[in-house]
Amino acid sequence: MGLTLSGSVAIEVAHLSKTYEGNVTAVEDITFQVAPGEVFGLLGPNGAGKTTTLRVLITVLRPSGGTARVLGLDVVEQATQVRQIIGYVPQERAIDRFLTGREHLQLLASLYHLPKDRAAARIDEVLRLVSLENKADEVARNYSGGMKRKLDIACGLIPDPKVLFMDEPTLGLDVQSRLKIWEHIRELKARGITIMVTTNYLDEADQLCDRIAIIDGGRVKAIGTPNELKSGLGGDVVTLTLAPGDLDKVEGLAQALKAQEGVRAVSANRNRLDIRVTSPEKTLPAILAQVGARQCRLEFVDYHRPRLDDVFLAHAGHRIQED
Amino acid sequence: MQEVGALTMRWVKRLSREKFSMVFTLFQPMVFWLIFFGNLFQRTANAEVVQAPSYIAFLAAGVVVMTILNNGLAGGTDLLFDKENGFLERLMSTPISRTSVVISRFLFVMTITSLQVLVILGVAYLFGVHPVTGLPGVAVIILIGLLFGVGLTAISMALAFSVKSHGDFFSMLGFLSLPMIFLSTALVPLAAMPAWMAVLARLNPMTWAIDAVRPLILSGWAAALPKIGIVVIVMTVFDSICLFGAARAFRRTLG
Repeated sequence: MGLTLSGSVAIEVAHLSKTYEGNVTAVEDITFQVAPGEVFGLLGPNGAGKTTTLRVLITVLRPSGGTARVLGLDVVEQATQVRQIIGYVPQERAIDRFLTGREHLQLLASLYHLPKDRAAARIDEVLRLVSLENKADEVARNYSGGMKRKLDIACGLIPDPKVLFMDEPTLGLDVQSRLKIWEHIRELKARGITIMVTTNYLDEADQLCDRIAIIDGGRVKAIGTPNELKSGLGGDVVTLTLAPGDLDKVEGLAQALKAQEGVRAVSANRNRLDIRVTSPEKTLPAILAQVGARQCRLEFVDYHRPRLDDVFLAHAGHRIQED
Repeated sequence: MQEVGALTMRWVKRLSREKFSMVFTLFQPMVFWLIFFGNLFQRTANAEVVQAPSYIAFLAAGVVVMTILNNGLAGGTDLLFDKENGFLERLMSTPISRTSVVISRFLFVMTITSLQVLVILGVAYLFGVHPVTGLPGVAVIILIGLLFGVGLTAISMALAFSVKSHGDFFSMLGFLSLPMIFLSTALVPLAAMPAWMAVLARLNPMTWAIDAVRPLILSGWAAALPKIGIVVIVMTVFDSICLFGAARAFRRTLG
């Protein structure tokens, strides 16, 4: 048991739960598998349990129930072996402002007991990979947010990990830096590294991840490729935004629309209604007729193919970022 | 070993990067206590009461131990910041021995403390305080400092790992350090204290450390040896309690 580095599953989480002191349940009965070479995303709002799941996988947090394995190794029973094959890029900028980039990498290289010559080569390699060669000998205090993030990633790559865990890799970065980081992540994937990211950015999950698990309230709500999840909703989405003065009519309209033929689901958020329909051509006129009959004033009408935020809404019952 | 070495070097590098901080760390405010307090109270302090040739000679031992106290209690600070910015978690996700982080911190704090004790004794020397037991006495003073410092640093690290916010950490330190200083023989001898304070001071391990350091500076080996024997016992108990308590906090954080 556990010694077979099975080729088919890189990360295996089964019925994982974690309850903190004071009976706060962070995650409950989480189950998913990640295939080797995949970029797998845990998508969910803050406090959904993404980071807790990740911290169990990187062996710094003991689960209260269930199991988690990385390349067949149990994260509790075989923690030391797991630590040898994983890399970790924390959510915070876990940077020592007084050390240079290279010194960070040297510290980690000696913690992983890399021989001197191999360490030097490895450090140059990861610096090149995140294009930080020119700034390597400057103290991290002078780094921009994007550069710190790159250094974080470089640190995670020092052990030449088979599986890389990244907690919110682009949180708080400007658009250009985000695109850069995504590029680096794709490059790592091309090298065959299995990557698990947590994110609360829908576009990040959509564009970067091969598969995602939607997590909300400590539970997995749905798993699949972004396309599977979107087409799994069936049909398209009509969004109505009512004039702010008509707030009191939203509830009644929602009820009426639910009864309408061709409408699969309606969810209301303040003056906005998201309506999932099987066939917009037939249903849209009926919807507008209802709006007219109730004398609601429309501010905006939108019709689109399902997006990931619609998927999230359908499975979690609310939007990932409440507006 | 390699892990402890690499982690200790990190603390040293950090300190050397902060040139100002390094100067201020070595020539700590404690030096000013010695200079200002020592000279300020020279005339008010009664030589009969303090049993020393000058107040500054009496105060030297107190300032040495206060330095050890402050360093030890502040010893966990950098780990607190490591915990808060995720650096600690990064270290914990690597296959290092769980204790190497703590050991590296002990080594660093103990080294800095020893250097500071030397600086304080050097400044005292300039003010005419020449330890009667000479260099061997200074070595014993440093050993006593290490003995006391281990327990204090353990408390500080445990606190750093346990607190919810760093505001809590610093207010706890402030809460601990002043009573420790005033309820000890750092500034006045036991005999000159109100009785209730003298009772509390006797329960303070700091008092015992000072009582062993002071004769090494003022009186000589004959007077110092029994006190040293007592301080070894007191500190063994003190360190055991601190390390035992801290071990639980370490295990909770470091796994």
